[in-house]
Amino acid sequence: MLELRNVTAAYGNIQVLHTIDLTIHAGEIITLIGANGAGKSTTLMAISGIVPIRSGKILFEGEPIQKLAPEKLVAMGICQVPEGRHIFPALTVQENLDMGAFLRTDTDAIKDDFDYVFSLFPILAERRHQDGGTLSGGEQQMLAMSRALMARPKLLLLDEPSMGLAPLIIKQIFDIIVKINKEHNTTIFLVEQNANQALHIANRGYVIENGVITISDTAENLLKNQDIKKAYLGI
Amino acid sequence: MSKVILDVKGLTMNFGGIKAIDTVDLTVRSGEIVALIGPNGAGKTTFFNCLTGIYTPSFGDITLRHARKNQETRLNGMKPNKITEKGMARTFQNIRLFPTMSVLENVMIGRHCRTRSGIIGAIFRNPAAKREEEEIVEMSYGILKKIGLHKQVNEEARNLPYGAQRRLEIGRALATEPFLLLLDEPAAGMNPKETEALVELIRRICKEGHSVLLIEHDMKLVMSLSDKIVVMDYGKKIAQGTPIEVRSNPAVIKAYLGEDVDDA
Ligand SMILES: Nc1ncnc2c1ncn2[C@@H]1O[C@H](COP(=O)(O)OP(=O)(O)OP(=O)(O)O)[C@@H](O)[C@H]1O
Ligand SMILES: Nc1ncnc2c1ncn2[C@@H]1O[C@H](COP(=O)(O)OP(=O)(O)OP(=O)(O)O)[C@@H](O)[C@H]1O
Ligand SMILES: [Mg+2]
Ligand SMILES: [Mg+2]
Repeated sequence: MLELRNVTAAYGNIQVLHTIDLTIHAGEIITLIGANGAGKSTTLMAISGIVPIRSGKILFEGEPIQKLAPEKLVAMGICQVPEGRHIFPALTVQENLDMGAFLRTDTDAIKDDFDYVFSLFPILAERRHQDGGTLSGGEQQMLAMSRALMARPKLLLLDEPSMGLAPLIIKQIFDIIVKINKEHNTTIFLVEQNANQALHIANRGYVIENGVITISDTAENLLKNQDIKKAYLGI
Repeated sequence: MSKVILDVKGLTMNFGGIKAIDTVDLTVRSGEIVALIGPNGAGKTTFFNCLTGIYTPSFGDITLRHARKNQETRLNGMKPNKITEKGMARTFQNIRLFPTMSVLENVMIGRHCRTRSGIIGAIFRNPAAKREEEEIVEMSYGILKKIGLHKQVNEEARNLPYGAQRRLEIGRALATEPFLLLLDEPAAGMNPKETEALVELIRRICKEGHSVLLIEHDMKLVMSLSDKIVVMDYGKKIAQGTPIEVRSNPAVIKAYLGEDVDDA
């Protein structure tokens, strides 16, 4: 479904991604692991068109997408939940969710999806008419995730979705990721500091160090890998 | 027992119909690390916002007693910068650095609240102000060393990885020379290794004579650092005690921790 070939990216004249190669098949859950500053967010933003790439190719369902604008990519079915919850602060919870669904025309299904996200996060239903900017940090994180779900993406890019959430809700977030992957057949590309839990729900994983992919393996093998345990799992 | 430096009594904060905080009591003693935990939306950040003058509480009393001086201040309704001058500083849940300023400048900004000639002096550059400015640079560099960012003094804050930005926020708060430091989710966005380093940093800060009140969802950090934990749910205090007491409290497990806390 998605292929990155020899992708490089830079901020100004500092190169951050050197030759990124990775492949994601439809229906998979893939996770990208790496230290702070390794280039995980930049990789996601390169895919979703927010950071332009310097060289290489990004193919989505066989088509090159590296020159397309973010809006175009959303219309094609690629949706990102950015790190640090960028919701619309002056819009209400309801309006934020409307924005997620704004490219859709299937009114009935949209209504069902509203019910669906409110059942996932009941607190958002309670806060429906409150401005996004006055929500608590965790409530904003839930809203960012829900807004992405409202777009019904084919490929969902998640940048640290568990950040700022209570322990009980974190468990729930990973359950939700598995659920939408199974029920809606949404392909997932997941970046998480909580690498342990991410690997437990992923099919495969990649390790990125200083902008280079150094390891690609099944999640099962990565969980057993001693170097990975030491470096990223805090065990 | 050591002296009570923060004494909050019956704190209540209403937003329209929502009681974000409902008659909460909390104390911090000199030298303590106290954690404030609870579900998303429980009212923790709102509690900090009341303490630091961002909101004026609907009811209740907030008293700050200086750890060393014989000085007691009622904080209700005071302006944020006045509260910082009294010796209490904070970091924010969403990072609030000056993104295009250098790492060093971000710390120096914190320091300006403490100096006599302050910003004006820095502009007019009389000799006293010049010496003071030099001291600020030296002192800020010392703080950067402490938080492990002294090799990035000239880097723009926005270019730092997320975890480093969080440490820089702590550095900026330290520059105001607080005796009580409030941290809102300092470990958010950090991986397990960086969180370990943060735990060490907070311990060191505490050894140097600062007391700490922190909000955090990382239970490994909370359980290993805290002398005392206060738990909120729906605006109310539902529990208080040592880490061992709190982690086995059924109400806390039900509302917040879930059954398997060990791998948190
Ligand atoms: N807007 C920017 N301008 C300049 N440099 C940047 C910018 N954003 C990120 N960088 C730099 O690019 C590198 C990769 O950053 P990126 O955000 O992709 O890392 P990450 O793996 O997501 O880290 P984290 O775990 O902290 O989220 C880092 O060295 C960072 O300092
Ligand atoms: N200005 C406001 N107007 C209306 N409601 C508000 C306002 N500020 C906060 N709230 C509500 O008050 C509750 C408490 O918010 P607060 O930010 O204190 O939570 P928190 O305990 O810090 O949660 P988190 O762990 O998610 O950061 C939330 O449900 C929030 O939506
Ligand atoms: Mg990132
Ligand atoms: Mg909060």
